[in-house]
Amino acid sequence: MSGGIVAYGAYIPLYRLSLETIAHVWGGSVGRGEKAVANCDEDSLTMATEAIIDCLGSVDRESVDGLCFATTTPVYREKQNSSIIAKAVDLRRDVITLDIANSLRGGTSALKVAIDAVNSGSAKKFLVAAADCRVPAPDSTFELLFGDGAAAFLLGDSDVAVEIEGSHTISSEFMDIWRTEEDAHVQSWEERFVVSQGYLEHLEEAVSGLFTKYNITPKDFTKAVFSAYDLRRHGEIARKLGFNPTTQVQDPLLTTVGNTGTASALMMLIAALEESKPGDRILFASYGDGVDAFILRVTDQIEKLRDRRGIKKHLASKMMLPNYGKYLHFRDLMNWEVKRQWPEFASLSMSWRDRNWAISCRGQKCKQCGTIQIPMQRVCTWCQAKDEFEEVRLSSKKGTLFTYSLDHLTVITPDPPNVIAVVDLEGGGRFYTTVTDRDPEKLAPDMPVELTFRRIHDALGIHNYFWRCRPIRV
Amino acid sequence: MAESFKDKVAIVGMGCSRFGERWDASSSDLVVEASYDAFEDAGVEIKDIDAGWIGTIAGASRSMTSSPITGIGLSGPLKLHYKPVTRVENGCATGTDTLRNAAFAVAAKVYDLVLVVGVEKLKDAGFGGLGAVPIPLNPVYEIGFTAPGQYALAATRYFRRYGLTPEEGKRTIAKISIKSHHNGARNPRAHLRKEITMEQVMNAPIVCWPLGLFDCCGVTDGAAAAIICPAENARRYRDDYVLIKGLGLSIGPGQGNIRTDYDYTHWEETEWASREAYAMAGIKNPRKELDQVEVHDCFSISELIAVESLGLCEKGHAKEDIDAGVWEQEGEIPVNLSGGLKSFGHPIGASGCREAYEVYKQLQGKAEDSSRQLKNPRIGLVHNQAGLPGKFMCAVGIYGLPE
Repeated sequence: MSGGIVAYGAYIPLYRLSLETIAHVWGGSVGRGEKAVANCDEDSLTMATEAIIDCLGSVDRESVDGLCFATTTPVYREKQNSSIIAKAVDLRRDVITLDIANSLRGGTSALKVAIDAVNSGSAKKFLVAAADCRVPAPDSTFELLFGDGAAAFLLGDSDVAVEIEGSHTISSEFMDIWRTEEDAHVQSWEERFVVSQGYLEHLEEAVSGLFTKYNITPKDFTKAVFSAYDLRRHGEIARKLGFNPTTQVQDPLLTTVGNTGTASALMMLIAALEESKPGDRILFASYGDGVDAFILRVTDQIEKLRDRRGIKKHLASKMMLPNYGKYLHFRDLMNWEVKRQWPEFASLSMSWRDRNWAISCRGQKCKQCGTIQIPMQRVCTWCQAKDEFEEVRLSSKKGTLFTYSLDHLTVITPDPPNVIAVVDLEGGGRFYTTVTDRDPEKLAPDMPVELTFRRIHDALGIHNYFWRCRPIRV
Repeated sequence: MAESFKDKVAIVGMGCSRFGERWDASSSDLVVEASYDAFEDAGVEIKDIDAGWIGTIAGASRSMTSSPITGIGLSGPLKLHYKPVTRVENGCATGTDTLRNAAFAVAAKVYDLVLVVGVEKLKDAGFGGLGAVPIPLNPVYEIGFTAPGQYALAATRYFRRYGLTPEEGKRTIAKISIKSHHNGARNPRAHLRKEITMEQVMNAPIVCWPLGLFDCCGVTDGAAAAIICPAENARRYRDDYVLIKGLGLSIGPGQGNIRTDYDYTHWEETEWASREAYAMAGIKNPRKELDQVEVHDCFSISELIAVESLGLCEKGHAKEDIDAGVWEQEGEIPVNLSGGLKSFGHPIGASGCREAYEVYKQLQGKAEDSSRQLKNPRIGLVHNQAGLPGKFMCAVGIYGLPE
């Protein structure tokens, strides 16, 4: 039994913050590049959902048997995240869901769980998603390094695009960076200790172990993909392991996306796979509380995955944050003026009743008149037939922006205006929602849009998720 | 076949509070102010009143208004000792629907003299605007949506559909607001009594694109009252009484945001409600037959589309009417001669009654500020609408002199 990666997908938020913009606020030397910043309605859960949808493409969602979600920034401390993602992606009810939290290595741990499930025969297709939205302390080194993003892989036992030829793991109690329950931001010990005894030492140990275990050398690899602490140390470990930094080493995306925590190494792997050819062999290693190292082999099935947005297309689709103030609002980093308006509202019983349309984005198709409607109704809004509907998934439908408005009055969003949208979906159905990831100046009636799963607002300690639309990203 | 409602009920007295940011007045104060104005107008006393109807929208929107949510909102301030009082609520159409329900009781000869009050006390909330729309309350769907944000959807689409550039569209609806302020500036009880210019409107801050500050009505406290009786008793109180000629109400099922055939450029519920009212009143050609209309212009675009949907102007041709001044005081069909919700104000539950007050006074030849008085008007229409494009509750009242 030899399963492997069947599909990949990634997600990079539209917004980017340049290091220059950060330097304008805090002073100091201007760093190179930019980082991806999740919109104010995004979190690790929504980004993972995006990456999975990119990954699945036309794969039948009913065929997925499991989902493992890795993050260090779960949206709830107690309440599984992956089950919400599974509902948003509209997976089967009898799917296995699990969260792997706390470790930056969680993404590759999830990969191992999934491949073991496939290889053991307990699952035929198993999803892995990793996402992080770590909020670095303002005016810190990490602020220049951390970005937001997500990666997803579908593991399966047929149509394998990337075989897993071998792996080696070490687990380590080594403590370098951490967060406690009370910490809003990542803490770190002295960098010289963290890098020399942690990052460099552990990666070298694990990769050497892998080489020995499989009697293989750097020359046998087309490319090496491994976690980056920063650009300098990434180059340093490449040389130390015997790889040619200019020809063999995958760019760690630090100047374009930033360090996306749990998702980081996986996103780099996707970037490498986008450039790979059948037959390529790839070293893949992820660092955090130890190391997971893999030997990967690309098959000719890789050609079937070229339509994924992945890293390259998401990178090309971006909008610069105009200033640091916007970023402060996106990450809610200050004490803001009290908004004297409606009390915030959440209702778990209402959300539960609405789950099939609000979370799974299903509409209903009337069996009498054939029209599609969302939200779901008991009586058909067109022909008044009662309770004669079949549910249809609408989340992948493109649409056109029938009309919109820019609401500067509401306080529901920290990124005004709230763009109210009436979207007519391809194949029927009208979706009433809001527009996200947009430049209000560039909107126009009848422009094409697509749907995206977002965290609409928080109330009573509850995150309220729903589908918004956005201008089509690629 | 149902009996026609025409000429069964008479309005024999009306009153109106001063509209505005009434920091000095509670809901009770406003009720007293408007009711006593109406008592004086009708020449009656509290003890003559058999029953009361009060309209406020407090129930659905607790954090927006401090008006009481039961009949005590009327009985309490007026000390209508133990008389029956019903509170009516139908969103922004509350005022007209309150009058409508009271009129049914009078037409049924259950009561001889009934007091109808619409009131809203909005300026105790602590924030500007009306806040977000609370109905239907859902944690995600329509959450945080505001009234201007919803009406702006119609403006965007109207401009698109009829080929107006955003600039042309904005200039067109700006003329509506300029007219409303021109009218309201001369109306003593209006809230916003000043003229505005095209330059001011076009340069005003955007509230909800494409609607700017002067496309939106203010947030106003106020009350208006009517005293009604069976038509045959009207002469006991006065000779220049006004009759209810027709009343229409249409509640949309709220599907404009679900059905792809809703165009966002007409008010379906307005068409239904006005059809009912025109049929009762026997009106075939409203543009020719009506002397005056007060339409629900919570936003400039609301007036534009309402006038079209009332059948007063061909769809898509409002710009021609507006440019030609057809809706101005001297025009063919004066619209919102009072200043409308835009300038007179929009205390939600009060508006339908306040619009009726304008028509009532005009029909009697007693418009406050004689420069506003129309020449011999015989019949006028009130359009009072709640909700949002695609999801309206619309009430239409037609009031006229005895034939």
